[in-house]
Amino acid sequence: MIEKEYAYYAGCSLEGTASSYDRSIRVILKALGATLRETEDWSCCGSTPAHAMDHVLAGALAARNLAIVERMETATLTTPCPSCLSAFKKAHAKVTQDKAFSDEVNQLLDLPYKGGVKAKSTLQVIYEDVGPDAVTSKVTTVLPDLKAACYYGCILSRPPKLAAFDDPENPVSMDRLLAACGVDVRDFVFKTECCGAAFGVPKKEMVLRLTHKVLTMVQDCGANCVVVACPLCQQNLDLRQAQVNRAMGSSFSIPILYFSQVLGLAFGFQPEELGLDKHIVSADALIRSRRPKGAEDAAPPVKEKARKSTAQGTAGKPGDAPGAEGTASAAKEA
Amino acid sequence: MRVGVFICHCGNNIAGTVDVARAAEETAKLPHVVYSTHYMYTCSEPGQDEIKQAIKRENLDRVVVAACSPRMHELTFRRTVEKAGLNRYFFEMANIREHISWIGENKELNTNKAIEAVRMAVEKVIRDKPLHSTAFKINKRVLVIGAGVAGMQSALDCADGGLDVVLVEKSPAIGGMMARLDKTFPTIDCSICILGPKMVDVAQHEHISLHAYSEIEEIKGYVGNYQVKVRKKTPYVDWTKCTGCGECMEKCPTKNAYDRFNFGVAPTRAINIPFPQAIPKKATIDAQYCRQIQKGKCGVCAKVCRANAINFELPDQFVTEEVGAIIVASGYGLIDQELLPEYGGGRYPDVITGIQYERLLNASGPTSGHIQRPSDGTEPKSIVFVSCAGSRDKSIGIPYCSNFCCMYIAKQAILTKDHIPDSQSYVFYMDIRATGKGYDEFTRRAQEDYGAKYIRGRVSRIYPKGKKMIVQGADTLLGAKVEVEADLVVLATAATAAPGAAALAEKLHISYDTHGFYVESHPKLRPVETNTAGVYLAGAAQGPKDIPASVGQGSAAAAKVLALFSRDMLESDPAIARVNQNACVGCLKCVKTCPFQAIKEQELRGGEVVASVIETICAGCGVCTSTCPCGAIQLQHFTDNQLLAEVNSLCLS
Repeated sequence: MIEKEYAYYAGCSLEGTASSYDRSIRVILKALGATLRETEDWSCCGSTPAHAMDHVLAGALAARNLAIVERMETATLTTPCPSCLSAFKKAHAKVTQDKAFSDEVNQLLDLPYKGGVKAKSTLQVIYEDVGPDAVTSKVTTVLPDLKAACYYGCILSRPPKLAAFDDPENPVSMDRLLAACGVDVRDFVFKTECCGAAFGVPKKEMVLRLTHKVLTMVQDCGANCVVVACPLCQQNLDLRQAQVNRAMGSSFSIPILYFSQVLGLAFGFQPEELGLDKHIVSADALIRSRRPKGAEDAAPPVKEKARKSTAQGTAGKPGDAPGAEGTASAAKEA
Repeated sequence: MRVGVFICHCGNNIAGTVDVARAAEETAKLPHVVYSTHYMYTCSEPGQDEIKQAIKRENLDRVVVAACSPRMHELTFRRTVEKAGLNRYFFEMANIREHISWIGENKELNTNKAIEAVRMAVEKVIRDKPLHSTAFKINKRVLVIGAGVAGMQSALDCADGGLDVVLVEKSPAIGGMMARLDKTFPTIDCSICILGPKMVDVAQHEHISLHAYSEIEEIKGYVGNYQVKVRKKTPYVDWTKCTGCGECMEKCPTKNAYDRFNFGVAPTRAINIPFPQAIPKKATIDAQYCRQIQKGKCGVCAKVCRANAINFELPDQFVTEEVGAIIVASGYGLIDQELLPEYGGGRYPDVITGIQYERLLNASGPTSGHIQRPSDGTEPKSIVFVSCAGSRDKSIGIPYCSNFCCMYIAKQAILTKDHIPDSQSYVFYMDIRATGKGYDEFTRRAQEDYGAKYIRGRVSRIYPKGKKMIVQGADTLLGAKVEVEADLVVLATAATAAPGAAALAEKLHISYDTHGFYVESHPKLRPVETNTAGVYLAGAAQGPKDIPASVGQGSAAAAKVLALFSRDMLESDPAIARVNQNACVGCLKCVKTCPFQAIKEQELRGGEVVASVIETICAGCGVCTSTCPCGAIQLQHFTDNQLLAEVNSLCLS
């Protein structure tokens, strides 16, 4: 277990629409032995609206927060939001590599940013600093009905040189963390497909089309929930699911969970502690069957056999393959 | 001492950014320099005549030419001064083109730098000693590494020219990549039908001795006299007894061995003969999969072998071959699908590589020439070909074009239509590169006569949907996203250097580029030579190339060897290390550091031990001179005194 300190930057989404992400992240990091230090007087990270207008402004907004963290004397800044992370990484790279840009940015700031902060996504912190083995050791609860499709979105591992985390085309970090909790992880091929991102406002029909495509693939791979690490992905898939159904004539009812919520449930926390009650599509039906670890040995062997044979007969169909097989496929990727 | 300085304009290459007239004027004032001039092209015939006349007229005894790199023209000018009666080592070259005029734009600074370069050369040339080459005999045997089509062509041409050839092949059978191809473009000739007779010729030629399933262990020596240690890997079968009947292969109970010849299209047995036309047609055991070798239980092949050829205890064997020249035709490799995670990274059975598809098309392949999906054995109706799968992709470190993929994709699309008339092929391409004779017409035929749909754009993702593979990409001519439902996807995976290419280059002392391909001596004018005398290149080891280019290079390399061997004696380079035995303290550090094992210890009459250089082996690298604690070992023509004089002249200026 780590005894480590991180500067924590929640960002705007995690104060609002993604408060459940914030709550669950804090709960599991505490359980995993990490200390989060708040970034005092934090401001906007400079993502989409700012960098669409002016790169220096976007850089300065991100660098302002980085400069605050620099003075906290904590080497690593962690943020759960991929968009904030990308803004910090971009600003850090440009400030440390481009003298002219650095001068322009620091001119706008009261406190100059000197380039001493390493930004990491909270997923990366848990995957690399804590590790799947330590996660397994914390697991107290099994989630037998969960069949997860891990959806990473576009920028968590990309562009590869900037993100410097996981595989840009086939990321596996979330898959492995969930597998470490004993969750049945499906081979989901749209891990990095576009959800439509912030186009929900100016061009909603495009977002609905893309989201529909992602949800269809989730169903095709036999998953019954999507596990995400991005507030915007969560919002497009969860909040807009009813809109998708109306526009595309579908009838999805797929809960969209943060990976931190799944880890939290496996660690034995209650759904409300993890903010699961905040979601539009309820996950209640899927997590009702959760039970203490070890109790699954008591499951009647007959049922186990029956499930195996069904799985062979209908491999690939939604909701039929047994947990063991899915975990094995995730382990194979490892 | 009377030194003459000749400054070359090299057209505008030097004169454009160096004031050659001022340089000539200034260098004329240097000590020992009695004559200095500049000329448009010093290397031209009138330019060389000018040097010869000046030597006579001005009674010069040393010459400095300030021009291009010595790699370009040092030999030219050495011959010039020799013709005028001077020792050829009374000549120095100052490189004022590559080192000065090409890299700097400030004319004044460049001119000053050129003058300094000449001053250094003058300081060196006045300390030059006359050196004389000695002649040595050539061993007129040639080693050819790699028995693909390029190596076989080299071997046959050399052997037909009367040379004894040692042909070393890494895999159990000769033929290389070409033996695996089904048909060849643009004539749709059957590949093995045109290669097979050549393979037989190689096997039967009285002047060719073949070491199959062998690798180069160590190379010693120099041009004319190489000693090559060859490791004959154990096939665990006594090949002198094996009749190639194939009974062992039928009875072998291990049915899941990786088939290297077929690139894993179907599994093979642990003991196998790679293909029906294999030469030599002998069985080899793949130790990794053999139950007897791994677990000590089985031995079925030994029981069924009527020739009693199986020997699980057979060790690797070593033979040393003496040769005078080496042709390297070690071929190429292909990238692993793991490098292409967006195309599944090898996770999907129905996404295969071009060479695997070649084996599916081939009548002697695992499916007897019936195109079948690896996943379920059904006949695919919709086939997508993805060109540049890895090639021209800087992000995975392969910025180059793999040369032959555009053409083999067109060929495979044509063959697909022949095999399955109601099939539809799609080809995603970046550009169609079909520059050979009859090539463009061929790619047009694939589209116009065989109905292959060519889509200009790259594929972004391949994923399974039910039994189909969805190929998602862009059509950049339509400016639209496209999705094709495919039964089978064929990736034209990028060609790379052969596995182990770098290690072999180090044994041969030849250079390789960042991608592991061997570097020729000059990209235009010396395409099959290397910078190591006596070592030549042929085929895709030098860079991806198709069959006609490989065969052409194979013949070219053979011609080079035949020309080299047309003489009986070669001249040695006298610019080698020499020991001053009066100064040598016998520490023998040089013996340990010499990378060529060219220094031995020698006991003098008084009993004291000193180092002694074997002149024929020394390559003149100079490592020993920097090791020697008392300056007793000196590289001729590059002595410590000469180098220090050059440095001093620069520091004093």
